[in-house]
Amino acid sequence: MSVVGDAVLYLNDPLNWTRPRGILDLAGQHLQIAGLSLGIALVIAVPVAVVLGHTGRGGAITVGLANVSRAVPTLAILTIFAVTPIGFTIWAPVIALTVFAIPPVLANTYVGFREVDRDVVESARAMGMSERQVVLRAELPLAVPLMMTGIRTAAVQVVATATLAALLGGGTLGSVIRTGFARQDNGVVMAGALLVALLALLTEVLLAVVSWAVTPGQKQVPFTRGRSRRPVDEPVDLPAADGREDLVGAGART
Amino acid sequence: MSAASGTAVLAVDAAPNPWFSTSWVVDNWGTIMPLLVQHVRLTVVSVLIGAVIAFPLALLARRSRFLTGPVLGLSTLVYTIPSLAMFAFLAPFTGLSETTVAVGLVLYSLVILVRNFLAGLQAVPADAVEAARGMGYGPGRLLAKVEIPLALPSIMAGLRIATVSTVALVTVGVVVGQGGLGQIIIVNGFSANYYRPPIVFGTLACVVLALVADQLLALLERVLTPWTRTPTSPARTSGLRSAEPVEVAA
Repeated sequence: MSVVGDAVLYLNDPLNWTRPRGILDLAGQHLQIAGLSLGIALVIAVPVAVVLGHTGRGGAITVGLANVSRAVPTLAILTIFAVTPIGFTIWAPVIALTVFAIPPVLANTYVGFREVDRDVVESARAMGMSERQVVLRAELPLAVPLMMTGIRTAAVQVVATATLAALLGGGTLGSVIRTGFARQDNGVVMAGALLVALLALLTEVLLAVVSWAVTPGQKQVPFTRGRSRRPVDEPVDLPAADGREDLVGAGART
Repeated sequence: MSAASGTAVLAVDAAPNPWFSTSWVVDNWGTIMPLLVQHVRLTVVSVLIGAVIAFPLALLARRSRFLTGPVLGLSTLVYTIPSLAMFAFLAPFTGLSETTVAVGLVLYSLVILVRNFLAGLQAVPADAVEAARGMGYGPGRLLAKVEIPLALPSIMAGLRIATVSTVALVTVGVVVGQGGLGQIIIVNGFSANYYRPPIVFGTLACVVLALVADQLLALLERVLTPWTRTPTSPARTSGLRSAEPVEVAA
């Protein structure tokens, strides 16, 4: 029987979903690890990026960090945390994933705030806004699109990297793929690949919709972007992605 | 010295497990070298094939607006698929071979390169194209002599990003037993009773490899674009001043 047929067969068996360490269990833990990491990364990165972007300090470091993080293999960092004393807890993958989720959020939020037209900021001040109001009412709404690009990049990244935790004994959806290889059962390998890819795509779509919903002003329907915004990376003399805004500081790939 | 037990898979609990061990590297050089070579080979092959496919795709996508959307949309789709899933999709067809890893990595580098090539070509000033046409340049010569040179910074930036990402991604090839330095991290380290020296060495080697490759490409870019480094200071400063967000460095 074909590989795809075998995969469908595996996915069609309810027991494979509901048994302990079945697909539902694994998906739950996958989302738990990914959600925790993204949450922690946001709590750390957004305030720092807002302050840096507002004051215009630390830009080189922020963008440089995002570029360097691309060179570090996620699998390697996952493994390093897995052999520390916290290795057998959920915190090993969570911390490793957080490390990789921070740079894209930091870089894009920073650039988002930095790119706000200086005239707008000046006008806001001239209208008597306090610094706090300038940040929240003038800069934030204008920075939201890029900020959301960073968050979306980080979210997809985190969901993808959580898969790799399975290679180090973590109970995420990557376990299905790992089991397939261990049993030399290509149907199970394919089923795992489908599940993991689907979860990543759903994350991308969900975040694109959220990003569309929270962006103030003229709305552009998700997935039709491309011509609307200019690239923000021109001046950066690092391989910081020419051309496509969501490759700016996209961080490491998984 | 005591860390020389590195190849022993069954280390007792009391066995030393340092974070770094030079003697492990020396003792296992015979294992490390072929994997390092595989890592470099996979990276070079993937980026080169990716570039060869990406270029005509970028030209096509530029030619017709109807193709731009699908090409970019499809590339976003491919880029969203996690590497482990990508290798798992391919493994049933290409087996536990280096081909599996190479095909997956070609797809990822392809995605990065198409976007950058396209952005570079689209950013060529219309004036330059007009002028060349006026001077009697045909499409082929226009591309080779005007458009590609002007798009070169973007093309090289794409190659650098693709190379650095690919170096990092090769490690995931460990799932089909072809992970280059990833093999050292997982097989010699994690699976060998969580032995740390190979894990840390493999990580550092990956990062160094990526940074070296990046700098080599940066050098190549400088060599290929002699006109961008004008030694006269006025041009430089004015260039910097016009690009406003450069103040980032302040």
